[in-house]
Amino acid sequence: MAPLRREDVAKVAKLARLKLSEAELDQFTEQLGQVLEHANDIAALNLEGVVATAHPFGLINVVREDELRPSLSRDAVLAMAPDAEDGRFGVPRIMGEAP
Amino acid sequence: MTLPDRWEMVVGLEVHTELKTTTKMFCGCANEFGAEPNTNICPVCLGLPGSLPVLNVRAVDLAMAIGFALHSTIASSTFHRKNYFYPDMPKDFQISQYDLPINSGGYLDLPDGSRVTVERAHLEEDTGKSTHLGGSGRIHGAERSLVDYNRSGVPLVEIVSGPDIRSSAQARAYASELRGILIATGASDGRMEEGSMRIDANVSVRRPGDPLGTRCEIKNLNSLRSLHRAIDYEALRQIELIDAGGTVRQETRHWDESLGATSTMRTKEEAEDYRYFREPDLVDLVPDPAWQERVRAGLGAMPAQRRATLRARLSDATSSQLDALEVVVDLGFDDLVLAAIDAGIDPTLAMARAANELASGIDHVGNLTTEAFTTTLAMEQSGELSATQAKTVLLELLEHGGDPRKIAKDKGFEQLSSGSLGATVEALIKQHPEEWTRFAEGDEKLAQFFIGQVMKSTKGQANGKAVIAELQSRR
Repeated sequence: MAPLRREDVAKVAKLARLKLSEAELDQFTEQLGQVLEHANDIAALNLEGVVATAHPFGLINVVREDELRPSLSRDAVLAMAPDAEDGRFGVPRIMGEAP
Repeated sequence: MTLPDRWEMVVGLEVHTELKTTTKMFCGCANEFGAEPNTNICPVCLGLPGSLPVLNVRAVDLAMAIGFALHSTIASSTFHRKNYFYPDMPKDFQISQYDLPINSGGYLDLPDGSRVTVERAHLEEDTGKSTHLGGSGRIHGAERSLVDYNRSGVPLVEIVSGPDIRSSAQARAYASELRGILIATGASDGRMEEGSMRIDANVSVRRPGDPLGTRCEIKNLNSLRSLHRAIDYEALRQIELIDAGGTVRQETRHWDESLGATSTMRTKEEAEDYRYFREPDLVDLVPDPAWQERVRAGLGAMPAQRRATLRARLSDATSSQLDALEVVVDLGFDDLVLAAIDAGIDPTLAMARAANELASGIDHVGNLTTEAFTTTLAMEQSGELSATQAKTVLLELLEHGGDPRKIAKDKGFEQLSSGSLGATVEALIKQHPEEWTRFAEGDEKLAQFFIGQVMKSTKGQANGKAVIAELQSRR
């Protein structure tokens, strides 16, 4: 895997809506680079025949029956919202679109 | 619509269908259309800190049912987080399936004989619903938005077709056939007008034989008519652009039904990077053979097979019967019609009453039993009820259910059809001796005169055939 570049960190920070200072960009490029290097160490091993671990627990098929449970009170929930109108949450002007 | 010479369109569809479960995908809130805003919300579907999703087993059953109906391979699958910043998902991510969907591959055969491949049909959760205030009412320019999270977390299956569709008519046929399958599996109610089935269309154009052109994706088409119109508009737009020396930009476009046009929503450069990663709060979904078999065994016949079954019973089908065939199967009346034909009802009559009277009362059809339907048609066939009376009885059965013989009696239909019709005919013969003589001497046209008189005095509730029988018996 190619080494992590400063612009990669800047791009990921932008996608995550994180505002990083120049010093922080340097700091995280170094730290995240170390994490990725560790992944390289594992990739260097002979892993033939080893099944990928999708989850640390060996559990599968954790499901629930399709049964109703009580919902929250709307008034109680909207009272915690910074803005509400007409039984709905008020949010600032939306710039993007739903995917 | 036909495209200009030597152009063809290439279309692939992504159909999102909400699953007909009682509760949401990862929590026990009701999956309910039209409820008061934000009344079906809880910590899980609001994304409150510390809440954990638990998968609804019924959503998995329905997703597998769709997979079986589309001849997909059902496999072990995983869930991912699709990250984006948009207030319709309060968690700031949508749980979806990414590289390992529950259903891979498959196909759908259309009534015209063409086959459209299916690439995948995966599970994901629906988003909340935003209303934009200010500006144009559309998202761009809105000053403020209001969000209702009742829909957030409702289970969805997204069915992605291959780029196999070559015309807007074929796209429409695919969506319509798929809708029939979703209803037949019990996965969806197919109500496009309520948003329970929504379609994105990927459209490109090319010279036949050329490699695929650059595609545009048209979002959120919510009727078959919009789908048809939007695809035609978009294909023509791209052809005109290329003919004028331009190039198609890969982008997401919005369809405006009132303008009948698509417009740019976002370009590829602005496209989001969703930073998919494994949803750590959900474990692998591994439907074992016994689970799969239980779902498969519970599946009824799909529309294509049901049309073939019914078609086989309409030996000398007229074109109007064949038209009715699709309607009858689409609305799920084929079992009723088959039962009536089995009971000796004329297929033409059974098809006509199903495609017209039953179709008009579709919302109440649960009230109508097979027995009541068959009995009513038998009464009509034997002349006990006129066509008008039989329709009235059917409408009453749809509205309130009940026993057709009792309904006919309560409405005074039976009385008229037995003794009183004879008495009415008798009286009219006395009132019109000249006409009667001419009829008795063989002028068949006068039968219509008497039928008209009988209809007039019974307010249209007599049976024409029964009147002729009464006239003949007195000749």
